[in-house]
Order: sequence, then structure tokens, then C-alpha cells
Amino acid sequence: MSEALAKEPTAYERVQLARKSGRPGITEFIHRLFDDFIEMHGDRLYRDDPSIVGGIALFHNRPVTVIGHRKGKNTAENIRCNFGMTSPEGYRKGRRLMEQAEKFKRPVITLIDTPGAYPGIEAESNGQSNAIAESMACMSRLRVPVIAIVTGEGSSGGALAIAVADTVWMLENAVYSILSPEGFASILWKDAKRAPEACDCMKLTAQDLKGYGLIDGIIEEGELMYSDMDLMLATELERLSKKRPQVLVAERYQHFRKIDGLYQQ
Amino acid sequence: MNITDVFTEKRKNLTSLLKLRRTFEGGQRECPKCHEMAETARLTETNWICPKCHYYFPMAPKERIALLCDENSFRELYSSVHSRDPLQFPDYGKKLAENRKRTGQQDAFVAGVGRVGHIRFAVGVLDGRFMMGSMGTAAGEKIVRLTEYAAKRKLPLVIFSASGGARMQEGLFSLMQMAKTSAAIEKFKSSGGLFISYLTNPTTGGVSASYASLGDIILAEPDALICFAGPRVIEQTIGQTLPEGFQHAEFLLEHGMIDRIVERSRMRQTIYKLLKLHQM
Repeated sequence: MSEALAKEPTAYERVQLARKSGRPGITEFIHRLFDDFIEMHGDRLYRDDPSIVGGIALFHNRPVTVIGHRKGKNTAENIRCNFGMTSPEGYRKGRRLMEQAEKFKRPVITLIDTPGAYPGIEAESNGQSNAIAESMACMSRLRVPVIAIVTGEGSSGGALAIAVADTVWMLENAVYSILSPEGFASILWKDAKRAPEACDCMKLTAQDLKGYGLIDGIIEEGELMYSDMDLMLATELERLSKKRPQVLVAERYQHFRKIDGLYQQ
Repeated sequence: MNITDVFTEKRKNLTSLLKLRRTFEGGQRECPKCHEMAETARLTETNWICPKCHYYFPMAPKERIALLCDENSFRELYSSVHSRDPLQFPDYGKKLAENRKRTGQQDAFVAGVGRVGHIRFAVGVLDGRFMMGSMGTAAGEKIVRLTEYAAKRKLPLVIFSASGGARMQEGLFSLMQMAKTSAAIEKFKSSGGLFISYLTNPTTGGVSASYASLGDIILAEPDALICFAGPRVIEQTIGQTLPEGFQHAEFLLEHGMIDRIVERSRMRQTIYKLLKLHQM
């Protein structure tokens, strides 16, 4: 038993860990990492999407903008937050707050935890594709430092929409993938039950992705998780804040530009 | 050149188009919409539009380019860019080999530079026949190279999309092409470049949710399916049947997501007019 526990979790086990209900969500992260958080609401076009939290806070006494997915902590909250499946209004709120951060020269920190963008009638009618694309385009040109951390599930364009950052980190048991393993298996093999098998070939664990150079770092999930996150944010913010805005934007462009599949494990 | 002169140009253009079409295999094709059989020879004359119900069959990139560009003006770029199968995904190599053989292309995106009514422009076509036009590292890389080429030479950029989304077999590498292409298009647009995104049936998932939705001008072919999540996924999620016409070009036009629906017969004329207007 102890031997089994000591073993590295499989990719599928990591997916389950990333989805586990007791796992810290954005509320805990904001509470533990920032001070004086003030939440802001609404996309100024249609409505407020609770599946995205955004606002201004202090990090080590410096104002920052924090944006991330919210899944909710109990059934009522889950439903209100649509289980972290964001609608166009959520991405548009995020974009509005990022542009505001740029105006006031605040760094942007994003926390990613979503099963994917919401596949619904209203979301499609209101331009889900456009909202995701515009969010990525906006992040690619922000003249302030941008740091992304995948804290749980990072599924599909719904995750990437707020992850176009200067540096992208993952928690040890977080996963980051093109699609949920169920969706992947059902597209490729027409059988969602083959999700565990899909997890192995998808290479969605933090450890695999670090090996491919697709993410910049991993934060262990032990007792020191919050202090390690704090240290990473402080170090990265200090490093990125020294760069001139045009250098930041140019380097962020290259960060994604160079991903051409040449990296091999 | 007067705007109407483009039709004389078009007639000249037809010679090369017909020549090209003769090389395609003969026989019949079933229309997926009305299920009538149509002679391939007849379909080449109608620009791959079903004579019975006006369903738009997919067009091979070379055919679309021939219909759009001035005769002999197209020069292909980056044709050797290919996927290196970054995840060594089971059976992917075999699938790529089959698709390469069938289409004569290395991957789903054909890029190049051409002229329409003597106006030079950068043009790309995502080929729905190559692994459903899915965007992996090869297509992403070519889209970005073409965009950077257009930026450097101050050319307008026109991209035709037809895609099932990001390519599953390249995992997160494919997902990252969404960020990469969106960033390139954004940079191109902010430097003053004109990007016309032309959506054809179907434009979905990671392609619809990245560069393809970022056109200064977004055009679509009639009845094209354009969406983030496909109709089947939505039906499974919400457990109800979708309204008629949902996620088709006409629906997007009504909801303010695209500028115009353009019939294939007016494609060349429309692109020419738009490029001309941006030269003034």
C-alpha cells in the first residue's frame, strides 16, 4: 500500500486530482496570495459571468489585476458558476479588466481552472469563438507583465483564452490539454469511455509539458505550495517588470511564435 | 483598372481553371444535403455547387486559388513545412502519410502570394479535405509565416478557412497554434495590415476561436457551419435539439458575428473590390 502511494500518479490519476472537489479554487488562491482584493463585474455589453473572477488586489504591496476561472465550492455555487465553463461574457469581462490593467500599468496574473468554454446555445449565439480569439489577441499585445498559473484543469481554448502570458506555470497535479480527455477520446475514437487511455497519449501533465518546453515551471503541491507560488510570482514579477513594454510584448510574441513542434523530450 | 474589368480578367482565368479541372477524376459525387448524384464534370462547371440544392461542396485549395487569382499569378510559399509528430502519437504518422499522398500537400494549409485584378496579396487556404482541415504545428507555422510575409511586404492578407478545429494528435502543441496565429494576426493588424478572413464550411473549434475570428473583415460562404462547439457536442451537453439554421452563416450574420455572406460566383469580384478600396 505504502509503495503504491509513493508511486508517481498516472496521467489519468492526475486528471482526477485536478478535478477533485476539495482542491483549492480561485477564492482560496486570492485569499492566500493577495491582499485587499476588490472584485469587478460585468463585460459592459450584456451581463456578468460568474465563471470568471476578476479584480484588483495588492501583491507585496503592489497593485495587480487578477483574473481566473471559478468553479464554485458547493452545488449551488457550481451551478451559478456553470462549473467553471465560461461564456463569451466572461472572456469579455477578462479582456476589459486586462485593458484596464494596461492603462494603469498593473501586471496581470491569471489563474486557470476550467473544463472548457461553455458549449451552449446562448454562448454560441453571443460569439464564443470571437470572445476567445479576441481575448488571446488582447493578451498578446498587453504592455504589462502577464503571468499565468494553471491550478486545476486547463482544458481547450477555454483555458488558453486567459493563458497567453510571458510565463506559464502549473501546479504539480494540474493538467493542461487541447480538450478534456473525454472529449478527446470521443472525437478520436468515438468513445468517451476511453478517456483514461487518451490521457496517456495526450501528454497533459505538468511534468510532460515541462519536458516539451510548453510550460515554464511546476509548483509542488505540498505544505509549501502557497509560499512557493508567492515566491514564483515575486521573482517573475521582478524579472518581467524590468523589461521595457515593447520588449515584453516582443518576447511574449516569440514565446508562442517558436512553438513549432521541434521540441523533443 | 476599372472595377468591372475584373470580369474580363475572370474569363481569361477560366482557361487555366478548366485545364486544372480536367485533371481531377471523373465520375459522380453524391450531394450530402439533397442526396442527388451529380456528375463531377458538371460540378467543376458550377464551382462545386450542387446544381439541385445549391449545397457548397468543399473546394481544393488549388481550385479556389485558380478561381480567385489572375491567371498564372499565384506562387506557393512554404510548401515543404510539415508536422514532425511532436507527441509521436499512435497511428498519426500513417494518417499523415495517407493524407499527403491523397492531396499532394504536406499538410492542410496552402500559402502563397498572388494577384487579383493586378493587386498583389498574400493568400492562404485551409484544406478541409486534409484531416478535416485541423490546425496543428504545420498549419499554424504556415499561417504565421504567411502573416509575417504579408506584414513585411505590406500586402493585404486573405485566408480561407475550413476546419474541424485544432488537431487532436498534436495535443497542446496544436492548442498553442491558436495563441500563435492570433498573436501574429493581431500584430499584423496593428501595423496597418488588412486581414480578410473568409469562412467556409465548416469553420469550427480552435480555428474559429482564433485567427479566423479576427478578420478586419469577415466573410462567409452561404450556409457554412461556423461555431466554437459543434452541434452534436451542444446537443449532448444541453440535451435538446438545436433550432433550425443554428450556427450557419446566416445565423452568424443575424447575430452580428460576420460582415457578409458571399456567393462563390462573387468571391473574386468581392475580394477585388475590397482590396481596391484599401488601396485608395
